[in-house]
Amino acid sequence: MVLVFAESWEGKFKKSTFEAVSYAAELAKSLGGSAVAVSIGNVSDDDLKLLGKYGASKVLSVKGDNWNTFHPVGFAEAIAAAAGKENAKALVFSHTYSGKALAPRVAAKLKAGLVAGAIAQPSSTSPFVVRKKCFSNKGLTDVQVKSSLAVIAITPNSCGVKNIETSCTPESFSPEASSQAFALKVKEVKKTTGKIALTEAEIVVSGGRGLKGPENWGMVEELAAELGAATACSKPVADIEWRPHHEHVGQTGITIGPNLYIAIGISGAIQHLAGVSSSKVIVVINNDKEAPFFKAADYGVVGDAFEVVPKLIEAVKKYKASH
Amino acid sequence: MKFLVCVSNVPDTTTKITFTPDKKAFNTSGVQFIINPYDEIALTRALELKEAAGSGSVTVIHVGPAPNEAMIRKALAIGADDAIRINAEATDAFQVASLIAAAIKDEKYDLIFTGRESIDYNGAQVGGMLAELLGIPSVSVVTKLDLNGNEATLEREIDGGKEVLTGNLPLVVTGQKGMAEPRIPNMRGIMTARTKPLKVVEPAAIDALTVSVAFDNPPPKQAVKLVDPNNMEELVNLLHNEAKVI
Ligand SMILES: Cc1cc2nc3c(=O)[nH]c(=O)nc-3n(C[C@H](O)[C@H](O)[C@H](O)COP(=O)(O)OP(=O)(O)OC[C@H]3O[C@@H](n4cnc5c(N)ncnc54)[C@H](O)[C@@H]3O)c2cc1C
Ligand SMILES: Nc1ncnc2c1ncn2[C@@H]1O[C@H](COP(=O)(O)O)[C@@H](O)[C@H]1O
Repeated sequence: MVLVFAESWEGKFKKSTFEAVSYAAELAKSLGGSAVAVSIGNVSDDDLKLLGKYGASKVLSVKGDNWNTFHPVGFAEAIAAAAGKENAKALVFSHTYSGKALAPRVAAKLKAGLVAGAIAQPSSTSPFVVRKKCFSNKGLTDVQVKSSLAVIAITPNSCGVKNIETSCTPESFSPEASSQAFALKVKEVKKTTGKIALTEAEIVVSGGRGLKGPENWGMVEELAAELGAATACSKPVADIEWRPHHEHVGQTGITIGPNLYIAIGISGAIQHLAGVSSSKVIVVINNDKEAPFFKAADYGVVGDAFEVVPKLIEAVKKYKASH
Repeated sequence: MKFLVCVSNVPDTTTKITFTPDKKAFNTSGVQFIINPYDEIALTRALELKEAAGSGSVTVIHVGPAPNEAMIRKALAIGADDAIRINAEATDAFQVASLIAAAIKDEKYDLIFTGRESIDYNGAQVGGMLAELLGIPSVSVVTKLDLNGNEATLEREIDGGKEVLTGNLPLVVTGQKGMAEPRIPNMRGIMTARTKPLKVVEPAAIDALTVSVAFDNPPPKQAVKLVDPNNMEELVNLLHNEAKVI
């Protein structure tokens, strides 16, 4: 049996959750068992059943006032209790912000080896070996889990959401919570309003110092809007406050792995690449044909961003009108 | 107030990553090692909080062999008061966290920092594991941290925004950019670092739960396909029909 944590946000599951559930279902198949999800927080029965689409045969649902905000201690207790109750052989998380807070706690609690940031199904289940990236995307490593219970936290968008139609029954689950479980209090949630979350976006349009000034971001935002993309930027652009800090991607910023990353006026320094080289497809627009980013790109346009981007926006509009 | 900062020793951010011919280990020859950048940020915040309080101590702790003391001395030069090195070559985060937990079990640290993740194995694991082993709460990927007596106010990253939390010490926090701007050691710091206490402790008997059995470099990218800057229809066409991403 494989247990998967089904992360929700304001009562809804995220795409990364569906990906983790389908990963767990495939893993359960190779281990010879079923996938059970554990959901914490106020998620409706209809939404819980949705996990059946991705291969969960049962969802343990933990509800109650205390469980509506994220508490690493309490959530880890609940997940560990569910793993015990279901006699789990493997535990799956998505390596999201919440996953990063939870998986290590659960692994340490259960004395189980954790592969954090896995990018594929295990290459072997006995011994249990899973591949992950290391050295900020500059290396790959195969990690062997030596404990009998394996915990795997998968990199979002690395394994894909799979439809594995399964009949799924929600079951309520009331784990015990220690006195520490809800010790932290959430005071406020600040959303980066109206925009697509960078870490969840399938397409990201990003600008660098080549764009000369914050007043030139109009075309970046327009291209992003046409593509339904999130916007990002290089570090210096955030440092000189042309763009907000939460948009900064790279070694010291956010790490992303969208399907498509469009880099405009960014040189492609190694620290920038560290945050974006997991992208499936990279398009680079730069007027210097020697810019290092072209070495990491799938498609390149050597040209002045101020001429190329407006043309690209027109071409996207034309494409959308005909599709 | 007693602060503890866990520091890891990682290759400089510009390092070209290669592995030994048998692909079993990272090739360290010619590699420059630095304090993990997130740990440097966390260390700086710990120093700022100590200075604001006007008293207290900042200890750095590292699990690693003797040559890593060069990195520890740099942390002392930045301003840490003293250091502990646990003399072990750990193979996973669980081992690191368990060794640290065992080494500090008789010390009461009020606030323990780790970095968001180490830039070598990118696990983001040690902080959460350490907190669990110590039985105290943890907050991951913290971009702001303030103290008011025994109460901490923190801001952490979430998908699509930030969350503001409060909690009482002791706590483990994993530091992210925003928490502080790293400090560059000055001459005085470098001079005094040599004489600051660096205690070496032998490791408790704890086994790792995972081990990296093989390494490789990612497959090289295919050569970039250049598109005529005057033909953006072609780019859109390629993204739709060939790459299938729009
Ligand atoms: C420890 C450390 C951590 C770092 N972390 C990060 C990180 O997380 N993220 C990050 O991004 N950087 C990071 N950096 C900085 C990094 O090394 C680079 O300095 C930075 O990425 C460069 O940003 P840029 O490409 O926007 O600017 P530049 O290097 O100035 O490049 C601008 C590019 O725009 C092109 N250009 C100019 N005009 C035009 C035009 N009209 N049309 C098209 N193209 C044009 C130029 O040819 C050039 O390639 C880090 C550095 C260090 C030392
Ligand atoms: N060998 C080590 N010694 C001390 N602290 C470490 C060590 N390895 C990792 N850490 C700490 O744990 C954090 C997260 O590391 P990781 O879980 O490896 O991504 C780092 O930023 C350090 O603060």
